[in-house]
Amino acid sequence: MAQFNLPANSIVKKGKEFPAPAGATNVKRFKVYRYDPDSGSNPRVDTYDVDLDTCGPMVLDALIKIKNEIDPTLTFRRSCREGICGSCSMNIDGGNTLACIKAISDVKGDVKVYPLPHMEVVKDLVPDLTNFYAQYASVKPWMQSDTPPPPDRERLQSKEDREQLEGLEECILCACCSTSCPSYWWNSDRYLGPAALLSAYRWIADSRDEATGERLDELEDPFKLYRCHTIMNCTNSCPKGLNPAKAITEIKKLIVKRKN
Amino acid sequence: MSLRTPLSAAKGLGSAREGAHHWWMQRLTSLALLPLTLWLAISIVMFPEMDYASAVAWMQTPVAAIAMSLLVISLFYHVQLGLQVIIEDYVGGALKIASLIALNFTCIVMVFVGLYSIIKVSF
Repeated sequence: MAQFNLPANSIVKKGKEFPAPAGATNVKRFKVYRYDPDSGSNPRVDTYDVDLDTCGPMVLDALIKIKNEIDPTLTFRRSCREGICGSCSMNIDGGNTLACIKAISDVKGDVKVYPLPHMEVVKDLVPDLTNFYAQYASVKPWMQSDTPPPPDRERLQSKEDREQLEGLEECILCACCSTSCPSYWWNSDRYLGPAALLSAYRWIADSRDEATGERLDELEDPFKLYRCHTIMNCTNSCPKGLNPAKAITEIKKLIVKRKN
Repeated sequence: MSLRTPLSAAKGLGSAREGAHHWWMQRLTSLALLPLTLWLAISIVMFPEMDYASAVAWMQTPVAAIAMSLLVISLFYHVQLGLQVIIEDYVGGALKIASLIALNFTCIVMVFVGLYSIIKVSF
């Protein structure tokens, strides 16, 4: 349910300022959300002035530079730095995206960096994704088939059937889509969210899977599926250019199709 | 702290195996309301005089009475379906049940008020 009054410690205070080194000419200001639940104090926004002449082009480069050279207490997730692992998803310049593929030059003015919206914060830019991953697991994102695979080879799939999975199987579970969805903000305890539903449809659309009916049974629920009101924030925010809203609509269409 | 596993929490009470009917009816009623509201707007504009007498005379034609009845029924069915979603989105706990009961009763009452009014004016 939507919560209209803010919980304790939720007012974000002004934080520390870290000026750029003397002589820096190409300076960009980064305003980064900081929160340490162990400290008991409110979250704050620290200001880091970064010399872009000695920094890589992406927002993640700047965050790593800040952590290495300015403030080692800054906490964030990162791994592949090329948009395939989904670790460095965060809210940059008001939109959810991956810090490693978001160019600093694309941001006008100060670069505001916040954790993914409406999630519990573990520390600084690290959100608690426990429920998000559990929802992914709940759609059984693996092949279910009663027919055993041929003893001498893999399960075959035609080229046309394989093409049905394009735009579905590329999801890296960064959670940009689900945490940009207002419906997920208000009801993430019951609504599966665009990422889990995209994955569910990825297996519904797979010609080798034999559990389509059971999958649709499990999804047909006012909250699990039908909290999607086609707001389209998911599709708008996906850093991989996927379209979870379309996948959700396809699920809804299949459920109607088998009734009529 | 809860010792329930994350998967148990995510699965919750399981699937209700419904929602498709609601989704389908919401689209059917909006489809029905498209021509009906258009027809109502055109009919009112075409009144010879903007007064009660021409409204009554219009309502006494079979087409107007039948189409108005259909409009009232689809409109309040659509209102009920739409507001139910909003309540489920934003309201929780006991207040949710109370709101849903109030919504359903209000919409049913409004349908009967509308149908009674049409019948009373038509005959």
